[in-house]
Amino acid sequence: MNTGALILMLSSIAIVTFITSYFFYKVLTTKKKSEPDSYSEND
Amino acid sequence: MIKTQSEGWGTRVGLVLAMAGNAVGLGNFLRFPVQAIQNGGGAFIIPYIICFLLMGLPLLMIEWTIGRYGGEKGNHSAPFMMDRMGKKRIWKYIGVFGIFSNIGIAAYYCFIESWTLAYIFHSAIGSFTGMTQNEVVAMFSSYVSLDEATLIPFEALIFFLICLTINVYILSRGLSGGIEKVAKIAVPLLILFGIFLAIKAVTLTAGSEGANFDGILGLNFLWTPTFDTISNPKVWLNAAGQVFFTLSVGMGSIQCYASYVKKKDDIALNSMSAGWMNEFVEVVIGAAIIIPLAVGYFGIDGVKQLAELGGLSIGFKTLPFLFNQWGTFLSTISGIFWFGLLFFAGITSSLAMGMPVMSFLKDEFSWSRKKSAWTFGAIVLALGLPTVFFYNFGVFDEYDYWTGTFSLFLFAMLETILFAWVFKAENGWKEFNHGADFKIPRVYKFIIKYITPVLLIIVFVASTIKPVNNDWEGAFNNLINGKGWSLDNSSVIKQALNSGLREQLENTTDPALRNELEKKILYTDGAKILLLITFFGIAYLVRVASNKRKKERRNET
Repeated sequence: MNTGALILMLSSIAIVTFITSYFFYKVLTTKKKSEPDSYSEND
Repeated sequence: MIKTQSEGWGTRVGLVLAMAGNAVGLGNFLRFPVQAIQNGGGAFIIPYIICFLLMGLPLLMIEWTIGRYGGEKGNHSAPFMMDRMGKKRIWKYIGVFGIFSNIGIAAYYCFIESWTLAYIFHSAIGSFTGMTQNEVVAMFSSYVSLDEATLIPFEALIFFLICLTINVYILSRGLSGGIEKVAKIAVPLLILFGIFLAIKAVTLTAGSEGANFDGILGLNFLWTPTFDTISNPKVWLNAAGQVFFTLSVGMGSIQCYASYVKKKDDIALNSMSAGWMNEFVEVVIGAAIIIPLAVGYFGIDGVKQLAELGGLSIGFKTLPFLFNQWGTFLSTISGIFWFGLLFFAGITSSLAMGMPVMSFLKDEFSWSRKKSAWTFGAIVLALGLPTVFFYNFGVFDEYDYWTGTFSLFLFAMLETILFAWVFKAENGWKEFNHGADFKIPRVYKFIIKYITPVLLIIVFVASTIKPVNNDWEGAFNNLINGKGWSLDNSSVIKQALNSGLREQLENTTDPALRNELEKKILYTDGAKILLLITFFGIAYLVRVASNKRKKERRNET
């Protein structure tokens, strides 16, 4: 691959993967709110 | 109080996956890579990401907020959500688009979804084994023409009915019992299938498995930047269009899903997570499959020609042939994975189209979940059958244009104006951040108030007056030189007048071709009338519901 393509591809993949993982990790680990909340399975 | 079955989400992860599944569709794998190679290669990512940050993310914030704000008072469909925000009667009727688009898109989208189901079946039973490229193309043509040459008579119709039944059944199980369960299985699986195929595509080496070039050459082709394209308005409009379609905004489905979130619960982090998950599937996985695979076998020039026909063509007419080169076992697995991935991407989106319609019927007419789901199925069947029977006469494309493009742009533009300028961006920002688990930079309040609405107005106007061949530079030069502005046949105005087909008709003397074009004009006009009847039918129901609310003194809910 040429350098320009490689830099653009790797930086795009790295940025998008990092932000996606960060947000999803936060969704999984953020403390649940007190009941009643919007989600029935943790009642 | 009206009695309706209580609806809600089971888990937060389920909601995020359902929202991400709603956004991830066939376009992530078939449209994005083709758009990229046609609009500057790697340089396309720059306008694409800028449009995502300035238009995509703000639209997600707006739609999640409209949804939760409407749901607070028991409104789960766009007309009455918008009514609550805008107070003037007109907003309620603009909200009709939030039901209409879903029905119109579902009618043709379920048809494409059913192709993926049929192709999973054919991959599994080895129908493509030993076929040449031309035979694979012919099989697709036979399939969509309801030709008797297919394995099962009326195969396209049968798979359409099966697909629609699956959708309706899942919808009838409700949010947590149906849609959420499917999303929890489908989204992780489609990511897994996608990663498998992406690895296979980029590790393809010239000389092995019938490949003529390395798959990595395809990645190089897709990501090599042509920076001078960035100054071309066409590239920016295409980037904005791609961001728009990939996020499933302007439909009313995000608002509907979000309306089942309570006010104290977060929507800021949820919306960011779902939106970026879609970007991951599109930029990381979607970009690494069809182009590297196709370049591996056809080379760059071959792929340039294929790209002219669009991603759907590569996905259905080319890939089964390429998988064929990998031996019986791997071709079967790859076919199942590829069409399975497309099916999962499709069904999580089509389910989201059903929910706003069902919610409207449940909220306003106290219908049960089952009755609403089957009614949605019946409407989609009635509107969808013309796309199945008259696919070759342009009905499918007509639906796609008016419901899948025009209505989305129009509705998104109007809802953004409502949110930013009528409801006021300051109030909207406060609503959005209520209960937030993540602090979005305050600059987004400014973006929502000024930049996003202006951008959407530009995109909408641009699609209305699109110049010939989408050549904006040439069109502006002509205008400056006093040569006027020639509209492209795909501009809203010319599309409404069927100008493209009429031009072709004027320029041909071949009786057979004339006959075919006359039929196409007849069927596309028929499709427009059908869509208009649907729109006004929904508007009438909204009026009936509104009067019913007045009688029941439910106006404040």
